[in-house]
Amino acid sequence: MLLIGAEDEEKWLAEGIAGVQHNAFYLHRALDSNNLRDALKYSAQMLSELRTSKLSPQKYYELYMRAFDELRILEMFFKDESKHGVSVVDLYELVQHAGNILPRLYLLCTVGSVYIKSKEAPAKELLQDLVEMCHGVQHPIRGLFLRSYLAQISRDKLIDIGSDYEGDADTVMDAVEFILENFTEMNKLWVRMQLEGPGRVREKREKERSALQELVGKNLHVLSQIEGVDLEIYKETVLPRVLEQVVNCKDDLSQYYLMDCIIQVFPDEYHLQTLEMLLAACPQVQPTVDIKTVLSRLMDRLSKYAASSADVLTEFLQVEAFTKLSNAIEKVIEVQVDMPAVGAITLYVSLLTFTLRVHPDRLDYVDQVLGACVKKLSSIPKLEDSRATKQVVALLSAPLEKYNDTVTALKISNYPRVMDHLDNGTNKVMAMVIIESIMKNNTCISTADKVEVLFELIKGLIKDLDSATDELDEEDFKDEQNSVAKLIHMLYNNEPEEMLKIICIVWKHTMAGGPKRLPFTVPSLVFSALRLVRQLQGQEGDIVGEEVPATPKKIFQLLSQMIEALSAVPSPELALRLYLQCAEAANGCDLEYVAYEFFTQVFVLYEEEIANSKAQVTAIHLIIGALQRMNVFSVENRDTLTHKTTGYSARLLKKPDQCRAVYACSHLFWVDGQDGIRDGERVLLCLKRALRIANAAQQMASIARDSSGPVTLFVEILNKYLYYFEKGNKQITAAAIQHLIELINTEMQGDSATSDAFLASTLRYIQFQKQRGGVMGAKFESIKL
Amino acid sequence: MNFLIEAFKPACSISIKFSDGKTRKRVPIKRENGQTLLAPLFRNQENIAGKITIEPHQGKRIEHNGVKVELLGQIEMYLDRGNFYDFTSLVRELDVPGDIYERTTYPFEFSMVEMPYETYNGVNVRLRYVLKVTVSRNYGGSIIEYLNFLVHNYSPPPSINTSIKMEVGIEDCLHIEFEYNKSKYHLKDVIIGKIYYFLVKIKIKTMDIEIRRRESTVTGATNHVETETLAKFELMDGAPVRGESIPVRLFLSPYELTPTHRNINNKFSVKYYLNLVLVDEEGLRYFKQQQITIYRLPLQDT
Repeated sequence: MLLIGAEDEEKWLAEGIAGVQHNAFYLHRALDSNNLRDALKYSAQMLSELRTSKLSPQKYYELYMRAFDELRILEMFFKDESKHGVSVVDLYELVQHAGNILPRLYLLCTVGSVYIKSKEAPAKELLQDLVEMCHGVQHPIRGLFLRSYLAQISRDKLIDIGSDYEGDADTVMDAVEFILENFTEMNKLWVRMQLEGPGRVREKREKERSALQELVGKNLHVLSQIEGVDLEIYKETVLPRVLEQVVNCKDDLSQYYLMDCIIQVFPDEYHLQTLEMLLAACPQVQPTVDIKTVLSRLMDRLSKYAASSADVLTEFLQVEAFTKLSNAIEKVIEVQVDMPAVGAITLYVSLLTFTLRVHPDRLDYVDQVLGACVKKLSSIPKLEDSRATKQVVALLSAPLEKYNDTVTALKISNYPRVMDHLDNGTNKVMAMVIIESIMKNNTCISTADKVEVLFELIKGLIKDLDSATDELDEEDFKDEQNSVAKLIHMLYNNEPEEMLKIICIVWKHTMAGGPKRLPFTVPSLVFSALRLVRQLQGQEGDIVGEEVPATPKKIFQLLSQMIEALSAVPSPELALRLYLQCAEAANGCDLEYVAYEFFTQVFVLYEEEIANSKAQVTAIHLIIGALQRMNVFSVENRDTLTHKTTGYSARLLKKPDQCRAVYACSHLFWVDGQDGIRDGERVLLCLKRALRIANAAQQMASIARDSSGPVTLFVEILNKYLYYFEKGNKQITAAAIQHLIELINTEMQGDSATSDAFLASTLRYIQFQKQRGGVMGAKFESIKL
Repeated sequence: MNFLIEAFKPACSISIKFSDGKTRKRVPIKRENGQTLLAPLFRNQENIAGKITIEPHQGKRIEHNGVKVELLGQIEMYLDRGNFYDFTSLVRELDVPGDIYERTTYPFEFSMVEMPYETYNGVNVRLRYVLKVTVSRNYGGSIIEYLNFLVHNYSPPPSINTSIKMEVGIEDCLHIEFEYNKSKYHLKDVIIGKIYYFLVKIKIKTMDIEIRRRESTVTGATNHVETETLAKFELMDGAPVRGESIPVRLFLSPYELTPTHRNINNKFSVKYYLNLVLVDEEGLRYFKQQQITIYRLPLQDT
C-alpha cells in the first residue's frame, strides 16, 4: 500500500469518484421522490467510498470533496421535514442504524447540524455527542477528514452560537469547548499519521502530513472568528488548551505548525497580553522543532503591531515584552541543547530586530541581547558553521543599520565581544560592514576613546589575527586595506590635542598590522597628521603654552617614525613621496632643520633603497619638484641639496633620463617669486649639460639603429631655453636659441622620415611670439627661423 | 372424475373467529414458505374466546363423532423428525356425535389460558400456539382446521440491571476494558458503552460489535447449538492508540430480536450475546463475548 504507483492511485481515485457519482445519482432520485429510506441507503453507500485506504491525502481530498457536495444537498433535504416526514430527533437516531461507521458518522454529523440549527435540543449536548462519536474513526486520514467535515458543517452554527447569543458566556464556551475538543482529536490523529508504516517512507509521509495541516489549523481559525472569544476566554481557556495539546503531542511538525498557526490567526493584542503563556510553551516543544522561526515570526508580528500606533507601545512596556521574550529565548536555548549555534543566533537576531523596532531608545536592551549572545557563543567552540556566522553578521549589522550612526554601536559594550567569536574571515567582513556604515553615513569619529573602541572592533583588518594560515585573496586584501585607509580620514577632531591622540592611537594600531598593511594605511595617517600640522600652522599665534602637547615638531617626529616604518616593508618609493610631503609641510612651518632632515632621509632612501631605474627617474623628478618649492633652507643647505640632486640626475642610467633630469634640475636655480633664486649661470650650465647628454644619446641611437633618433630631447631642451629666455635669464641668448634650432634642423635632415609635431608646435610658438610685438616680440626678433 | 374430486374435497369449511378479532392486535409472522401473514397476538392468561362456524358444502350432511376445539402449545423440533411436543393442550367439546345439515356456529372460550412461553421461530425449533378444530368422522377421515396465533409475554423492567464491565487482554499485546451500560435490554433499547484501550501493540484495523443468538435444543439425549449473527455493527475504523476510548451506541430496533428464552419446557433455550470483535491488519480476529438478556416491554410488539 505504501509503495503504490501514482498510476494505480489515479485508477483508484477514478473508481472512487465513479462510485460516488453512481450512488449520488440514485440519491438524487430518492431526494426528488422524497424517499427517505432510499436517500439514507444511497447516501450511506456513497459515503462508503470514503472508506478506502488506498489514496494519498491529496487524492482522498478530491474524493471527499465530491462526497461533500452531495452531502450539502442531503442536508437541505434533511432540513425540510415536510419532505420526509420524520422529525429531526428521529432522524438523528435513524442515521445511526447504519452498520458501517464512516457513513454513519458522516450522516450523523449532517443531521446533527440540522438538529443544532432547529434548536430542538441544546447545542451543547449535540456538539458534545458528535465530537464524542467521532472517536470511532481512528484511522488518521479518514478521521481527520471526518472531523474536518464536522468542523466545516458546524462552523457557521458555531460562529452564530459564539457570537450571536447576547452576552451568554456559557454558550460561547460551549462552542469553544467543542472546537477545542475537535481540534485536540484532529491533532492527535494528525500526529499519529507519523507513526504509521515503516521509517523509510518518513519523508513522503511528512509531505503528506503537511498537505493536511490546514485541516487541523482550520479549527484555530474558526476559534479566532468567534466574536465571543474575548481576551479573557482566550487567556483562560483557548490558549492554555491549545498549548497543552501542542506540548503534549510531542510531534515536531505539529508543534511547529500549530505554534505558527496560533501566532498567525489570533490578534496581536492577545499575543501581547498572553505573551508569558505563549512563550512558556516554547522551551517545552521537541528539540527538533524549528522554534526559532516561530519566535521570529512572533516578534516580527509584535514589532509591526508596536509600530501601528503609539498607544500600543505603552502596552508593550506594561507587559515587559522585551524581558519576557528575552527570558523565553534564553530558556529555549538552554533546553534545546542540540540546537545548532545558528539557531540560537537567529533567535538573538530576531530579538534584536524586535528591540530595535519597538524600543529604539533602549541601547541597554541591545547590549543585553548581544551579551546573551556572547554567553552562548562562549559556550561553544569557534564558529565553523557558515550559516551561523552569517547570522552573527546579521546580528551585528542590525544596530548599525538602525542607528545610522556607528558611534552608537560603539557604545555597546558587548559588541566587540560578539565579534571576538567570529572566525577571521567573518570578522573581516563584519569590520568592512562597520567601515561601510561609517562611510555611508559620513560619521565622524571624534574622540580618542571611540577610535580605540573602533579599532578594537575592526582589528581583523588591522592585524593578522592568527597564524598566517589564511589564504589571502590579494584583491580582497587591497579592498580591505583601502577601506581602512578611507576610515582613517573619518577620524577627526577639531581640537588638536585630541586629534593628536587619535593619530597616536591609530598609529599604535596600524603599527601592529605588520609590513603588509603599512603601505595602505600609513599614507592616510600621514596626510591626516599633515592636516593637523597645517591646522596648527594656521593657529600659530594661539600656541603659547610651554607644555602644549600638540606641536608641529612633535608631529613631525611621529611622522618620521611612521615613514621610517615603511622602509622596513620595504616600500621606499612610497616612503620617499611621504618624506617629501612632510618636508613641504615642515617648510610651511618654517622648520628648516626638520625639512632638511626629511630630505636627508629622502636621499638616503634614494641611494640605498631605490634600485630600479624607472623608479629612480620618478623619484628624481619628485625630489626636484619638492626641492624647488622649498624656501626655508639657508643658501648653504640648499646648495648641498641641489648639488646632490643634480649629481643624482646626471648619474641616471639612461641618457634620455639623464638629460631630462638634468634640464629639470635647472629649475632648482630659477625660482619664481619675490625672493626666488635666479642663478642664470647655473641654469645655463644645466641646460648645456643636458644638451651634451642629448647629443651623446643621439649618437648612441644612430649607432644602434643606423639612423639618428628622434630629436625630441633637443626640442625639449629648446623649450627650456625658450622658457628661461622669456623669464629674462640673461645667460640664455637669442643666439643660443638660434643655434639650437639649427642644430635640430641639421639632425632632422638626417632623419628624412617624419616631421616632428612637437618641434613644429615649438617653432610655431616662436613665430607667434615674434609677431606679437611688444617687449617679448622684440626679444624674439633676433631669432631666425 | 368430478365425483372423485368431490369425494376428496372436505365436506365442509370451518372458520374460526376470535370474538375480539377486529380490535385485537395483529403482528406479522413468517411462514415456512417465506410469506408473512398477520396473526392475532395474545398474552399469557388471556381469555381466548370466539366462534367456530362449520358450513357443509352443497347441503351435504356431515355425520360426525363429535366436534371439538383444542388449544395447543407446541414445540416442534426440526432435528427430531419434526415431532411435536404439546406443552399445553386444552380441549372444548363443541358437539356430541350426530349430523350437521346446515351452517352451524359454536361459541368457545378458554379462560385464563396458561401460555407461559412466547411464540418463537428459530433455526431448529419452533414454538407455536394453535387452535385446532376437529370434526371426527368414522370414515373419510376427520376434518381438521388450524388457526395460528401469537403469544408475546411482557416483562417489567428488571429491578436489577447492572452494567457489564470487564477488562480483557493478551499480555503485553492488547489490553482493553469494555463497558456496556446494562446487562438487560429491551427490544427497542440502545446499547451504550465504551471500549477503553489500555494497551495496544497490535495494528487493529476495525472493531465491530455483533449481536449473536444462540439457540440450543435438546432432542433426547443430544444437545444442539445453533448460533446466528443478527447484527454486525462497526464501532471503530482504524488503529487506536493507548488511552483511546471508543464510544458504543447500538440501537436494537433495526434487528429482529426476540426476548431471551431460558430452558423452555426443557426443550430449548435462546440466548443473546454481544460479541466484541477486533480485527488486526493481518486479518486475525480477537473477540470477547458477553451474554445479555433481552426482554419485552409492554407495547413493543411491532
